[in-house]
Amino acid sequence: MRKLALNDEILLKIEKPARYIGNEAGSVTKDLNEVEVRFAMCFPDVYEIGMSHLGIQILYDMFNQRKDTWCERVYSPWRDLDQIMREQHIPLFALESQDPIKNFDFLGITLQYEMCYTNVLQILDLSGIALHAAERTKDDPIVIGGGPCAYNPEPLAEFFDLFYIGEGETSYDELLTCYKEYRDAGKSRREFLERAAQVPGIYVPQLYEPSYHDDGTLAAFTPVSPHAPRTVRKQVAMDITHTTYPLRPVVPFIKATQDRVVLEIQRGCIRGCRFCQAGMIYRPTRERDVEVLKEYARAMLENTGHEEISLNSLSSSDYSQLEELVNFLIEEFQDKKINIQLPSLRIDAFSLDVMSKVQDIKKSSLTFAPEAGSQRMRDVINKGLTEEDILDGAGQAFEGGWTKVKLYFMLGLPTETEEDMKEIARLCDRVARRYYEIPKEQRNGKCQITASSSFFVPKPFTPFQWATMCTSEEYVRRAALVKHEFMEQLNRKSMKYNWHEADETILEGVFARGDRRTGKVIEEAYRLGCLFDSWTESFDYQKWLAAFENTGVDADFYTLRERSTNELLPWDFIDIGVTRKFLEREWERAMRAEVTQNCRQQCAGCGAVSFGGGVCFEGKN
Amino acid sequence: MKVRIKFKKYGVLRFIGHLDVMRHFQKMMRRAEIPIAFTGGYSPHMIMSFASPLGIGLTSDGEYADIELSEPIQSEEAIRRLNAVAADGIEIVSFRQISEEKKMTGMAIVAAADYLVYDRENHPFFEGWEDCLTQFAAQKEICVLKQTKRSEANVDIRPMIYRLEARENAIYMQLAAGSVKNLKPDLVMDAFFTFAKSRTNQEVCVPLAYHRLELYANMGNETERNLMTLESLGETID
Repeated sequence: MRKLALNDEILLKIEKPARYIGNEAGSVTKDLNEVEVRFAMCFPDVYEIGMSHLGIQILYDMFNQRKDTWCERVYSPWRDLDQIMREQHIPLFALESQDPIKNFDFLGITLQYEMCYTNVLQILDLSGIALHAAERTKDDPIVIGGGPCAYNPEPLAEFFDLFYIGEGETSYDELLTCYKEYRDAGKSRREFLERAAQVPGIYVPQLYEPSYHDDGTLAAFTPVSPHAPRTVRKQVAMDITHTTYPLRPVVPFIKATQDRVVLEIQRGCIRGCRFCQAGMIYRPTRERDVEVLKEYARAMLENTGHEEISLNSLSSSDYSQLEELVNFLIEEFQDKKINIQLPSLRIDAFSLDVMSKVQDIKKSSLTFAPEAGSQRMRDVINKGLTEEDILDGAGQAFEGGWTKVKLYFMLGLPTETEEDMKEIARLCDRVARRYYEIPKEQRNGKCQITASSSFFVPKPFTPFQWATMCTSEEYVRRAALVKHEFMEQLNRKSMKYNWHEADETILEGVFARGDRRTGKVIEEAYRLGCLFDSWTESFDYQKWLAAFENTGVDADFYTLRERSTNELLPWDFIDIGVTRKFLEREWERAMRAEVTQNCRQQCAGCGAVSFGGGVCFEGKN
Repeated sequence: MKVRIKFKKYGVLRFIGHLDVMRHFQKMMRRAEIPIAFTGGYSPHMIMSFASPLGIGLTSDGEYADIELSEPIQSEEAIRRLNAVAADGIEIVSFRQISEEKKMTGMAIVAAADYLVYDRENHPFFEGWEDCLTQFAAQKEICVLKQTKRSEANVDIRPMIYRLEARENAIYMQLAAGSVKNLKPDLVMDAFFTFAKSRTNQEVCVPLAYHRLELYANMGNETERNLMTLESLGETID
């Protein structure tokens, strides 16, 4: 029988022991005698969240295709087990072998959101790995970070040996191969890090030093080793049709958040919404070949036994072969009682027709993401969606039998006025009115309009990276104002309005655009007991405030300060292909509420053309 | 066509709860391409029911799931295919056709279960435990405090213990199971250790492992039981 890192007493006491025992279908076990590199892949949140992440499944499969490498998984132990592991000095372990993480060659941590940063420290701490990269020895794994938050790695710079900037499919082979070479040749940790700095896309924080002006802004960011390049260029898998894809993903026993086959149909987005980081950092847009996707769908459903398949992309409606793919899925799999999920679809005649085939209209709701209430505001953020689009789409849906509509908005966007905020409620009311225009005998009782707003957080590598945020009190005031406006509407009884926490937004804002000095706040917050900050029940804002106080870091400096386009930003050493000039231009256009056309309508010269493929070359051959 | 599947659950799978085992079975059916029937309606689901949920931490040699097929498949072939896709810790033992009668499904007819209880480190429970067990079993009445979600009550569990005996380092017990009367083995062990304490004046505290051996239907009546394994009520499909 497989050994387990935790004994029966512990496993029978904690919540969901299945989180910690591995053994799932699709998980990979290898003979240690035949393996040269052990890689622990971590998502720093609870198992059910981490297991739902496509990126890790891709890398897990890719690493394990290498004969010399065994990649295993590790997630954040939930609070109950965390406490037991500390009390009983049980080191954090990987799911497959149940061996301590400390014995691995690499610990890779994906950074999907800022609010997981204290969990990163939990992972290191429970593993018995020094929190600071500079204090690690040859007995410690190489700790490498990746994912969207790695595009501003500075708040976490002290805790990581390496960051991988970009898509994992390209540079890991080279990194692992030179790791083996250096280790076998008996080279030091430092020597390996200097070698790694020359692998495309790899950033080694220890080899760079920031300096600051008197006003606290960044003065310079310079390599302190001849091996470290001045800029680190984002890695992109240009031929995504023929890159690696996990046809036998791990299937958890317990229900994960994403309990289905996930088919990534394209990467990148042609839209260019000015608040959206994903829309910039994943440029250029690249599509997967539809015939390959059909094969993948069939193979993955067979291999996993999942009863649901979902399409994954930033904007599915922009996939040029969507109609063919969706029709194939319906024809092929509906008889086999496979549910088909179609997220991020623009609401139009085609999508309504498809949705009426794959879901129960009475139960399902339609989702719109206008992001802003007024047309002016939508032009500022470059959301290419007009009020006409929304009302037409909703109208067609209502006539097709739907009665539930969800709308997503952001508050606190640059240049936002009270009028813009109130328009959120008024737009929802106009959607409701559209419903009640349908003759009474033809409609199905009342409609339900649910509006939600989150607070806008400016992200690196977006045209809004220079934007200021609001204070927590101001966010709450704006939400209250919108709430009040909802009460004034004719159809208020058919509408509901929810808004997100404001305090969490402030922290996200600090760390999204934080520099290296903010790292000590994370460390102090962790020391004070902050963990699982993205979980409302464990989020403790008072502790975070204490952490800022104790470290003398001023949160307002990062959130409320006006940044000029002349300022050197902490992430400027990263080259994402999209140029800073383009972002500045877009920032200025935003201030004038000028819309920029999408990549297919007209090239806006963002710079991603330098990758030599994708949408930039469509129809040009 | 109705089919009864008998399976074992062992190893680390003992930490997978009943609902998750059901989910695993649903995925196994698809992977193995078993022609299972679905319910109708907008959200069709597989026609599948489990005889008796097994608690977390228990292993078993005798678990049962009844399913309905949309077309026949040979037992041997089905077992081969299912075992090829089952997680390590699930083993399909048999796949047999059963009666079409509704009241004959596993969940409705289960009447008794066999368990083996042993010390997790496989030591004897305590000095002289075999004799103590004999005395314990010889009692006319065994009253325990049975707690449910809403209330607690004193219950005589003796009538629900059909057999109770020492087997090497383990205790074998046959207990009432099912929807009418149901006795869990840990309740019996609690009562036994309380009894032992009153006799020997020493606290017995050993980590126990529970293993289910078999599930039975009662083909006789209330006074004269005729227990038959659920498996024996089905026939191999050739």
